[in-house]
Amino acid sequence: MSNTYQVPTMAQKAATGETPEVLFWVGCAGSFDERYQAVTLAFTKILNKVGIDFAVLGDEETCTGDPARRAGNEFLFQMQAISNIQVLDGYQVKKIVTACPHCFNTLKNEYPALGGNYEVMHHSQFLQGLIQEGKIVMKGGGTFKGKRITFHDSCYLGRANNVYEAPRDVIKALDMELVEMKRCRTKGLCCGAGGAQMFKEPENGNKDINVERTEEALETGAKTIAVGCPFCLTMMADGVKNKEKEKEVQVLDLAELIAKDQGLSG
Amino acid sequence: MSSLPQILFLLVLGAAGFILYKRISYIRKTILLGKPLPRTDRPKERWKTMALVAFGQQKMFKRIGPALLHLIIYVSFIVINLEVLEFIIDGLAGTHRIFASALAGFYTLAMNLFELLALGVLISCVAFLIRRNLMKVPRLSSAELKGWPKLDANLILWIEILLMIAILTMNATDQLLAYRGVEGYIPLGGLWISNSIQGLFEGLSSATLLFLERFAWWFHIIGILGFAIYVTYSKHLHIFLAFPNTWYSNLDPKGKIPNMEVVTQEVKSMLGLQAAPEATDQAEIGRFGAKDVTDLSWVQIMNAFSCTECGRCTAECPASITGKKLSPRKIMMDTRDRAEEISQSKVAGKDGKDDGKSLLGDYISQEEINACTSCNACVEACPVNIDPLSIIIELRRYTSMEESGSPAQWNAMFQNIETSFAPWKFAPSDRFNWASKLNQEEKKPRNNE
Repeated sequence: MSNTYQVPTMAQKAATGETPEVLFWVGCAGSFDERYQAVTLAFTKILNKVGIDFAVLGDEETCTGDPARRAGNEFLFQMQAISNIQVLDGYQVKKIVTACPHCFNTLKNEYPALGGNYEVMHHSQFLQGLIQEGKIVMKGGGTFKGKRITFHDSCYLGRANNVYEAPRDVIKALDMELVEMKRCRTKGLCCGAGGAQMFKEPENGNKDINVERTEEALETGAKTIAVGCPFCLTMMADGVKNKEKEKEVQVLDLAELIAKDQGLSG
Repeated sequence: MSSLPQILFLLVLGAAGFILYKRISYIRKTILLGKPLPRTDRPKERWKTMALVAFGQQKMFKRIGPALLHLIIYVSFIVINLEVLEFIIDGLAGTHRIFASALAGFYTLAMNLFELLALGVLISCVAFLIRRNLMKVPRLSSAELKGWPKLDANLILWIEILLMIAILTMNATDQLLAYRGVEGYIPLGGLWISNSIQGLFEGLSSATLLFLERFAWWFHIIGILGFAIYVTYSKHLHIFLAFPNTWYSNLDPKGKIPNMEVVTQEVKSMLGLQAAPEATDQAEIGRFGAKDVTDLSWVQIMNAFSCTECGRCTAECPASITGKKLSPRKIMMDTRDRAEEISQSKVAGKDGKDDGKSLLGDYISQEEINACTSCNACVEACPVNIDPLSIIIELRRYTSMEESGSPAQWNAMFQNIETSFAPWKFAPSDRFNWASKLNQEEKKPRNNE
């Protein structure tokens, strides 16, 4: 067995006649956004450590089309979706895990109408499963012990797909004190990036949505804001900077929290 | 007894029935301005949703205070309307309290319950008037409610208060007349709430009491019939439409945006996956997305008629909270206003669609729809499962696909996806570069010891 981390691609697997158990859909943010690359790396390390039989699409992956559809460009969405389905079906993909709720929602709910049917999981659900099966045993203690943490519900995980407990179960497995924001679960306030807002300046108003949400997160007194979405991570981190709290307050993805606990970061 | 009151009653009832019939047909036609949308799948789930959300008021209870006050009015509305049945029979047959002798003790019990509920409605309506006009609850006093919507809301509360006062006055005078042994009036052996206001009427002559009792009776029944007609002009239509509206609600995950089949055909032919759609089919396609209410589905227009303008959607909307122009409630109010405008012009013999106006542009601006984060907070908040987001998406589809009028930054994002297959401008060949950072790294031993 190799002593370096492995990131096999579907093409490599196919060349040796293998069909991996699960496809890790990295997403555009996970591939290109420097900050979110850290989440991709953390999740990949976890998959390696646990010994999951996985692969990625590598440079065969393209945008799911989510922002195009939500901005009204149905043509572009379907061009992306249909091309992606051809690639996925070409590799006979059955199960997909992704660290992006937007990719998760689109692959899970919107690809079936175009003929793409897969079992799709958000990485919070995947991690929840690994914890429940005992494949990840949290060490606890260390820098996290007893510290306050709050979780920001992503719209496309929460309201859009009713996933509220999986990320919380992951956090509860850490040795931390989970403090909820006033607006949480079904009432969770958006970070401001959904519906393709990530890709344009906000309309005129009296406040930025991410600042409103960050203030609420800071009110909990938590020094860690946990998220499960690349856009939420950007928005909350910007909010923390706006409040000049970036030295005291961290915004971390669920996979990063686990990787830290398991001593996989760095 | 003269049969004049009976004839008069029949005329009033007939006239009210006729007007109601006309109004219901008009509303039905207006809703059906929308495109067909088959939504009768999963009937079991639909009945369950209706039972929980409309009948059981499940979503109201996210805000416990208003929910309890609303529950009192709602239960009273259903229960007190049983009494209306007696009113109608009495009115037509010339009888008085026809069920009293047959039901005896139970009738008195029922009347006491009705009175208790009437008092509850009275208190709730006063509380609602205070919330609306004195406490100025933000969602009940925002700009889009200026004018008719505000008057409408207050009128409903005042009408309900007057109707309840009429019931209590009627019972109080009725029982005074019964104790005095006036012919036709039946002692019911103690109506607690109306008995306690009898002091107001005790000094009056029996003739005056008789007049008051009859006046209150007529006021109540004409009031109820009038209210039923009024409701068809008002935001208050939710008392009926909440039921079909929840039955026909979207049962899919909220994150799912429905597929546009027409586009699929074109995209598949562009990708060489299937033959191009025939030209005749294309002629029937019409426009992509929605510019006007006639491009929306009938369910979306029914949504607009079911909206009671409570503003829970707007109170939860991140764009509204941070001072942007978007208000999901206004999207629904605009949709209804525009649908009625078209419908009225059709009644007047014109083709309302071609009046040079449209929902997008004349009612709803680009700035409003551009502010939406598609977070579904409005959909989640609505007590009767209205979906403002689905309308916003249709308006965005029209803007993007028919007018290429999306914000410049979105057009740039579209271009990035087309050329780089990512919403940002990165080289597609760099997509997998992240892995090189990992491959150099030493894997930590399994047990990490």
